[in-house]
Amino acid sequence: MTDNAKAARKKKIAHAIMWVVLLILFICFIFPFLLVLINVFKTKGDITADPLALIGAHGFTFNNFPEAIKKMNFLTVFGNSLIVTVSSTLLTIVLSSMTAFVIVRNQRWKLCTLIFSLMIASMVIPFQVLMVPLVSVYGVVLNSRITLILMHVGFSMSMAVFMFHGAIKTNIPLELEEAATIDGCNRWKTYWKVVFPLLKPTIATVGIINAMAYWNDYLLPSLVLKKKDLYTIPIATQAFYGTYSTDIGLIMAALLLAMLPILILYVFLQRYIVEGVTSGAVKG
Amino acid sequence: MKQNKLSYKIQQYLMFAGPGTALFLAVVIVPFIYGLYLTLTSWDGVSATKPFVGFKNFVEAFSDGDYWAAMGRTVIYSIIAVVLINIVSFALAFLVTRGIKGQNFFRAGFFVPNLIGGIVLGYVWKFVFNRAFVAIFNSTSLLSTTNGAMFCLIMVSVWQYAGYMMLIYVAGFMSVSKDVEEASRIDGCTSAQAMKNVTIPLMRSSFVQCIFLSITRCFVVYDVNLSLTNGEPFKSSTMAAMHVYNQAFTFKNYGLGQSEAVILFAVCAIVGVTQVLIGKRGEVEA
Repeated sequence: MTDNAKAARKKKIAHAIMWVVLLILFICFIFPFLLVLINVFKTKGDITADPLALIGAHGFTFNNFPEAIKKMNFLTVFGNSLIVTVSSTLLTIVLSSMTAFVIVRNQRWKLCTLIFSLMIASMVIPFQVLMVPLVSVYGVVLNSRITLILMHVGFSMSMAVFMFHGAIKTNIPLELEEAATIDGCNRWKTYWKVVFPLLKPTIATVGIINAMAYWNDYLLPSLVLKKKDLYTIPIATQAFYGTYSTDIGLIMAALLLAMLPILILYVFLQRYIVEGVTSGAVKG
Repeated sequence: MKQNKLSYKIQQYLMFAGPGTALFLAVVIVPFIYGLYLTLTSWDGVSATKPFVGFKNFVEAFSDGDYWAAMGRTVIYSIIAVVLINIVSFALAFLVTRGIKGQNFFRAGFFVPNLIGGIVLGYVWKFVFNRAFVAIFNSTSLLSTTNGAMFCLIMVSVWQYAGYMMLIYVAGFMSVSKDVEEASRIDGCTSAQAMKNVTIPLMRSSFVQCIFLSITRCFVVYDVNLSLTNGEPFKSSTMAAMHVYNQAFTFKNYGLGQSEAVILFAVCAIVGVTQVLIGKRGEVEA
């Protein structure tokens, strides 16, 4: 056998071994989800008797779903999460990119340097330091979606501005804006017609990272939204678990429902989500 | 020129950055400063008056045994979790950048836990630990023992963050040019040597970033802590963030809770800054 053929064979074997290792790891990683999936179609008694059986002694049942949907008020809760996530994300993108634009284009102005430094420095503040004063200052406007949305945006501002700052500084040449000005655009028009469309990749990244964070956030919404009909999915899941923790079939259905929307989205947008998160993490 | 006039500049600033800056100041900076003031009061969260007590809260915080126990636990948890997260995610990144068939599928799969919030993940794992593992190993649940609960918390955190850190390491692997690696192989390195002496030093910034991110996340862990163990059994798995929350919102010691939060912030900031400084030193360029 020639050396080349030997090396090729060695590589093939190595790949096969790595593939098997990956497969085993993969199964370990999704094991908890699989477990929820098989138990969601069993009755409460069957789950307790044998949580590992593929099919319970009493066969398939779909009864867990309608009951969980009703008791968790899932449709309302899902709608609440959707409203909060979508509006917070859009607002974050618009406001942070505009802020970054002004900061980049007035770099020698002290006010801009000050605000930008404040934002960078504030990134080390954990939410735990802000929650008590936040509740104390804004106690009168709690229990409203708008408050939650504006708070979400405020908290994401520093990170998002930082990312747009980098993108505008490196990717948007000043000449382009000058050309637009000569063609008769004012600053506002220049921004929306020329600069903003060129920021698409960063918009996607900021949008994906923040949307995921808003969708899954628990602590802030739980402090702001105390009324039941305003609950988002994470709070509703927590409340549901507290009430029905013994009814394990219902819990399985509720957990699956809580995970399902984002998993479905992931199937379709997987490439964008992975890319967005990677570029966000590497730049941040 | 008109563009250099201060009033014009301010008008431009307000038009573009006004709302964003206002929200940022209102939600982050104002509460932060007000929070520092609150540490000097003994507010109960309800009454209109916030009696000024000076540094009494900090004295109390420093002698709060439960708080420092939680803090110590958080440090131990963070160290173990951060080391494991980085080992696992680096190994995963290594495996999914070898050009194996279906590696994109695996990448996407390992990332799945990051899509779902800590609350839901905690409950899913609670079911796994309390029911499935009990059935498999025929033993009592790990969550009901003191060390077991900590072990579970670490395991879930590693599982939760490994996929995310893997993506950063994958980007690191991709950024190391194939030429450098091949050159080292021609110079007589084995593949293990090439990894240790060429690839890993060039990926230093990925390591710095992953370690920084995992430390900051582990240090203020709350969601998974709440849903998986809720501090049980016997408060043995209460982390610092949960202690702070309970101190303020459950026991209504807002001033004391806020002081303990500020101490937590100081620790976070010191750890973070040190880590970045150490990381920046000795960065290598290809």
